[in-house]
Amino acid sequence: MAYIKIKRPKFSLLDKVYVVELVKGLAITMRHLVLSVLGKSRGKKDFSTKGVGVCMQFPEERWDSRLPEYYRGAPTLVRGEDGRERCVSCQLCEFICPARAITITPGEVDPTSNCQKQEKAPAKFEIDMLRCIYCGMCQEACPEQAIFLSKEYLITLTDRKQAIRDKETLYRLGGTRKGLVNKWNQYK
Amino acid sequence: MSTPPAILPKDAAAAEGKVNVQINGKWYRFPKGTRIADACNSVGAHVPCFCYHPKLSVAGSCRMCLVEQGMPARLAPGATPQYGDDGYLPISWMPRAIIACANTVAENMGIRTTGKLTEEARRGVLEFLLSNHPLDCPICDQAGECKLQEYTTDYGSGTHRFTEEKTKKGKNLSIGPRVNLDQERCVLCRRCVRFMKEIAGQDVLGVVGRGTHNAIACYPGTQLDSNYSMNVVDICPVGAMTSKDFRFKMRVWFLKSTPTIDVNCGTGTNINIWTREQQVYRITPRQNDAVNSCWMPDDHRLNYKFINAPTRITTPLVKTDAGADQRPSTWDATLNMVVEQLHRMAPSETALICSARMTNEELYMVRALSKQLGITKMDIVPRKGENDGLLVSDDRNPNTNGAKLILGKTGAGLANIRRGVRNNTIRFMIVLGEDLTEEAGFTAEDLAGLEYLLVIHHSENETTKAADVVLPGVTFAEKYGTMINVAGRIQRLNKAIEPIGESRSDWEICRNLSEGLGCDCVRVIACPTPMSVLDEMAQEFEPLNGITWGNIGNEGKVIMETGVTIPLIEREKAKK
Repeated sequence: MAYIKIKRPKFSLLDKVYVVELVKGLAITMRHLVLSVLGKSRGKKDFSTKGVGVCMQFPEERWDSRLPEYYRGAPTLVRGEDGRERCVSCQLCEFICPARAITITPGEVDPTSNCQKQEKAPAKFEIDMLRCIYCGMCQEACPEQAIFLSKEYLITLTDRKQAIRDKETLYRLGGTRKGLVNKWNQYK
Repeated sequence: MSTPPAILPKDAAAAEGKVNVQINGKWYRFPKGTRIADACNSVGAHVPCFCYHPKLSVAGSCRMCLVEQGMPARLAPGATPQYGDDGYLPISWMPRAIIACANTVAENMGIRTTGKLTEEARRGVLEFLLSNHPLDCPICDQAGECKLQEYTTDYGSGTHRFTEEKTKKGKNLSIGPRVNLDQERCVLCRRCVRFMKEIAGQDVLGVVGRGTHNAIACYPGTQLDSNYSMNVVDICPVGAMTSKDFRFKMRVWFLKSTPTIDVNCGTGTNINIWTREQQVYRITPRQNDAVNSCWMPDDHRLNYKFINAPTRITTPLVKTDAGADQRPSTWDATLNMVVEQLHRMAPSETALICSARMTNEELYMVRALSKQLGITKMDIVPRKGENDGLLVSDDRNPNTNGAKLILGKTGAGLANIRRGVRNNTIRFMIVLGEDLTEEAGFTAEDLAGLEYLLVIHHSENETTKAADVVLPGVTFAEKYGTMINVAGRIQRLNKAIEPIGESRSDWEICRNLSEGLGCDCVRVIACPTPMSVLDEMAQEFEPLNGITWGNIGNEGKVIMETGVTIPLIEREKAKK
């Protein structure tokens, strides 16, 4: 192993005594204080239920409508428009998961399923929400467009066992996605 | 003006029975008759192959191994060959690629495995092979070890231009009790057809249909039920032949393979155990041309389920009172108790039965234990079966030769012990790694009549149920050790998973018991690992002289003459 020398930034004496940065930080806090007292804080209208309108009054007020399009919440499994469970248990998400949150037990497809050509489906699919780091690698790796990160961010547990979401829960949370994956169509 | 060397390379090579071949610009020497594919692969110039298998006849049907080839130009009448400075004739390259598997090397031949011509040829072949391929890698068990996947990422074009309808063929067809066939994934290399015909000797597979409807199938009225049928799963380069046992169990990229040997018969077939998180998922043969070539029998391959079965004994079990149930206990307490009990036993009324399924190291420790106890009535349980004329030996014990070497026992004294138990001259028994109610011929009444029965075994069985104390041993997948096969070859077992529960290796248990009984022999009690037990044995036994764990290697080493041969290997040698 070759050593890689990292160049540390040189600090002047003024940087080292830290007074300037402290004052800058305090100034920002003071500005917010003054603005909120004057009733001119940002989000005054949104957060007006209680107090001075700086803090979101959680859980009465929620993030839900303010989440950006790309927000990464809890991973879920989805069905296609045809009702087919899209996951074929290829285990690529299990492989890519950096936190090892996903555990899949592969199995045969349900004999009553509307797509026998798919042959394989997960017998068990578990995501440990205490392990999940919401990185979205599973969604990235999925070749079947079966796993998506939802916008769910409010995961409150009273027990470690509750953190493990099974296949039924994941499909219930994921719901149905628009569009068909025609790969397992009998004519293909 | 060129000045060729005094002795031309072609003459020097001919003196050794070899020919000079230029591969990717470098000159090498190969024996006459070497296949181009083998020659290229041996010098690191990789040639992709689907249909070519070194142990089977050549079909040349997949066209994947196309390489650019050239020979010296034919001389005009009356002309003399013009050798260059290096003593070789200039090579005239052929405008078309040739297949490397069906052609042999020749003097002054040139081969290029890279370059525009071969790249284009490979890309074209792959495009044709993929034109009808279902591309169902996410559900295919072969994904991750699929030649078609690998070559497509290496040499394929990345996009495909085929927009027409794909040909429909049979999917998920059961063609035998252990093998599934997917005709759409097949690249028609016919390796399976050739294997069943040439090696397994059960010619049931063939190609039916014409043109794009070509497909592998069983002849009507037959099925792929040979005891070697699962080898077609191994040699299938794609996911057409898949194992029913391994079907959808685990993706192969999660599995770790450990090279070890099979313990179901005396052949000692070389295998890989595939595990993930202390669970064994499958067993595949490992190539060893002196033992099992590339193959293994199905019943041996599928005999791994007991390793992770719920019948495994995970803690020491102790019967505290006569007639009471066995209760789990801790190691220290149990070992102390067993030592106390062993002290009380009269050696003349004690018998010890160990197993030729144990490794040499374990047997060495068993011998030390029996010496410490002064036991003379001691034997192994012989297991005889039928030799199947291929790989399954008539000796169903994997280490009979090791037991003969270390204990000097062959199973002849077993009847005496049985008689002793029945006429009450033997009241105490120690049993290691055997179920006495099976091959050994004891009955449940015999065992119930014993005053004291100590059993060391990995799984629950009739004998452990009757035991006063059960110490949990380990299976072959959880231990290091060596065994000597029927042909006198010493081979290594490697640990694929950690011992399940609180079980311990048999050699360790025996060592601790000997130590507790007051053994002061440093060669026994100071051994920290099976490797050091082997070092001790190497000094003591003449055939093992000079043997160490390291120099046995993955291929094993012949250490004694037994006169026994492995039929399949003899046939392979005769064919050459």
